[in-house]
Amino acid sequence: MQAEKMIVYIDPERCTGCRSCEMACAIEHSESKNLFTAISEKPIPKPRIKVVVADFFNVPMRCQHCEDSPCIEACPTGAIFKSEEGFVIMNQEDCIGCLMCVMVCPFGHPYYSTEYKSIVKCDFCIDRVKEGKEPACVSACPTGALKYGNLSDILDEIRKKKAKLIISGLKVEGLVYTKQVEEKKEEKLNLPDLKRMYSQVSWY
Amino acid sequence: MDYIKYKILAKQISQTKGVAELIEKAEDEDIELVWHRFLKQQPQCAFGQLGVCCRNCNMGPCRIDPFGTGATAGICGATADTIVARNILRMIAAGAAAHSDHARDIMHVFEGTATGKFKDYTITDKEKLRNLAKALGVDVEGRKDEEIAIEVAEILKKDFGKVDEEPMALVKALAPERRLKVWEEAGVMPRAADREICECMHRTHMGVDADPTSLLLHGVRTSLSDGWGGSMTATLLSDVLFGTPKPIKSTANLGVLKENMVNIIVHGHNPILSAKIVEAALSEEMQKLAKDNGAEGINVAGMCCTGNEVLMRMGVPIAGNMLMQELAIITGAVEAMVIDYQCIMPAIVDVAQCYHTKIITTEPKAHIPGALHIEFDPERADETAKKIVKVAIENYKNRPKERVRIPKYKMELLAGFSVEAILNALGGSLDPLIDAIKDGSIKGIVGIVGCVNPKVKHNYSHVTLAKELIKRDVLLVGTGCWCIAVAMEGLMTPEASKLAGPGLRKVCEALEIPPCIHMGSCVDCSRILIALGAVADALGVDISDLPVAGSAPEWMSEKAVSIGTYFVSSGVFTHLGTVPPVLGSQKVTKLLTEDVEKIVGGKFYVEPDPVKAAETIYNVIIEKRKKLNLPL
Repeated sequence: MQAEKMIVYIDPERCTGCRSCEMACAIEHSESKNLFTAISEKPIPKPRIKVVVADFFNVPMRCQHCEDSPCIEACPTGAIFKSEEGFVIMNQEDCIGCLMCVMVCPFGHPYYSTEYKSIVKCDFCIDRVKEGKEPACVSACPTGALKYGNLSDILDEIRKKKAKLIISGLKVEGLVYTKQVEEKKEEKLNLPDLKRMYSQVSWY
Repeated sequence: MDYIKYKILAKQISQTKGVAELIEKAEDEDIELVWHRFLKQQPQCAFGQLGVCCRNCNMGPCRIDPFGTGATAGICGATADTIVARNILRMIAAGAAAHSDHARDIMHVFEGTATGKFKDYTITDKEKLRNLAKALGVDVEGRKDEEIAIEVAEILKKDFGKVDEEPMALVKALAPERRLKVWEEAGVMPRAADREICECMHRTHMGVDADPTSLLLHGVRTSLSDGWGGSMTATLLSDVLFGTPKPIKSTANLGVLKENMVNIIVHGHNPILSAKIVEAALSEEMQKLAKDNGAEGINVAGMCCTGNEVLMRMGVPIAGNMLMQELAIITGAVEAMVIDYQCIMPAIVDVAQCYHTKIITTEPKAHIPGALHIEFDPERADETAKKIVKVAIENYKNRPKERVRIPKYKMELLAGFSVEAILNALGGSLDPLIDAIKDGSIKGIVGIVGCVNPKVKHNYSHVTLAKELIKRDVLLVGTGCWCIAVAMEGLMTPEASKLAGPGLRKVCEALEIPPCIHMGSCVDCSRILIALGAVADALGVDISDLPVAGSAPEWMSEKAVSIGTYFVSSGVFTHLGTVPPVLGSQKVTKLLTEDVEKIVGGKFYVEPDPVKAAETIYNVIIEKRKKLNLPL
């Protein structure tokens, strides 16, 4: 058992919706692990991650590898179980396609593939992680919307960032504890803004 | 499993009546439409939306992280500025190529007609030919039309591919003096249509032009080779061959399809075939054949710009604009959709497979898998047109009568306003219009053009912007899908002047013209340029001083990028209603929306909300009036 919980932190503000993570996930779970050959494999390699549009944000939805996993509880054959590393993984052979895990997952993660005749779910790229690599989706993300690391390191980073925002008065207007630590840089493009521009004329 | 994954809110999709009921019909029949496919594409990749993805060499593809934490340059070192500028230049090149290649096809028929090779066409507007010849410096006195035409063709042919540094002959002949000077000074004078497009591809090749300013200036030049060159040639020669449009009444919207007739839709952009289809369909022989096959006759309707071409000259009713091409088939009442090129969604073949409709491709350069290909040959134009019409007639018996549903909506319209027709309506001279602008009864003129786009509510921005502007006494001229959008809303009837402000209303009523003037297909944006040039000359100023603006409220095609750029390059403040893929570079965005004004007098302005856009456009017009000391 590892001492630290390894996680993938999702930052929807940074997701550009390019779906590179979906592509990388499918390739990682192919026979050949190569884009150019994976596309003609049978069964067709399938992504375990999906970028979903929610209001003005793109959210890469993946398995959260819950500590107390409802899917493990619900699986009648024990096909879904927890790995040594604490990842929620499954044994495809044991899956009977009863869809109990689909029904109990709070994130809508596992889905049924008619081609595989079983459930498909994220395995945290366990083989890659064991080799000391990041999960494929994280490596593929060009903007850092997906971040891999152990929970305490990531939390440290987030805490520092938020602290900086608070004392600079950038996040909470009027709430300036000390002098401004960061000059307001040239306005960066905000992707939700691009979408909001259409809000008056969109139909969907 | 349902084929359609996402049901859509049909009633919210379009401004235009009849669209919703056909979307609902399609969903009931499990047929996927453009809006369903649009939802399946969500989320759309932001690297593409921002223009920061480069696929121009095989070290790549590369992309720049818009948040600044990842890569800030491609493998070759190209920055976001370079990549965005290169990408937009390639869009301009593609748009200019589409227009200029269309022009080349018409030129081919024009020349063949003059030499007697193509016997099915005639030189219809001899006066226009002579005027064009005179403008190009061709001697016309005592010469035969054919002789003149051959010489004109020789000059215009050189405009495509000549290699010297001289300006294109047509540009020099038709653009106002003041404009020519501006372009000369900026070093953006177009030299040849094919050359500028070719140079775009060269400059954007790996390791050539990396400076956004230099890239965009070439974009200006390329767009000018389209607007005052390619598109202009297409319009002029189409007028010579098929007649310069005169005011003509017709109808628009899907209700123009007829229940008991063979319905043929002509879709695409080039009039060379569509005009012949209309002629063939009207012939006694074909009408009789239709009756023999159990129909009451043949009904030809237009779609997109080839529809505008035959509407302008022959009064052929128009069934809808670009996003309605699938819906026309969903009515179940279309025997054949005959297409040439541009803005044809390959999806129509899939939709047609759910019905009896035959999709007939006719152009050697535009095939669609699953369509019936009957290649069009101008040497046997009438014969080919008849063959195509026959296919449609014979298909009538296969119509699934129980699945036919034609919306009842159609709207009257008045089209056919070429520059000559406008002059004629004004009594032979521009003076009444100039006076109206001077005394402020017309505040200004806005040219609205461009496509429809599933990113926004169909036709909503077109119609809203039009209503907002005519309310403020702004006269609207336009082309393309915009015309069809506002025509379906009833804004192209003289009665629509009731919606106009008091000044514009008075002018429209006196001249019996609508407040929204239909000037033709999208290559006919060149007519708007000619009109602007004439107004500028009459007032003794440059186009950039005029109280005018341009707008493409729902644009989507690369042709629209070229049109927008040649409007800006001609000195026009130009509004875009959908965001162009340039926001990934602040420098390029600033160049297009600010700095370019100092060079050519026009600039881009982006605003998806048509109400806000109308206000800004109006304010720009008022500012220009102030500078000219005209009453506000």
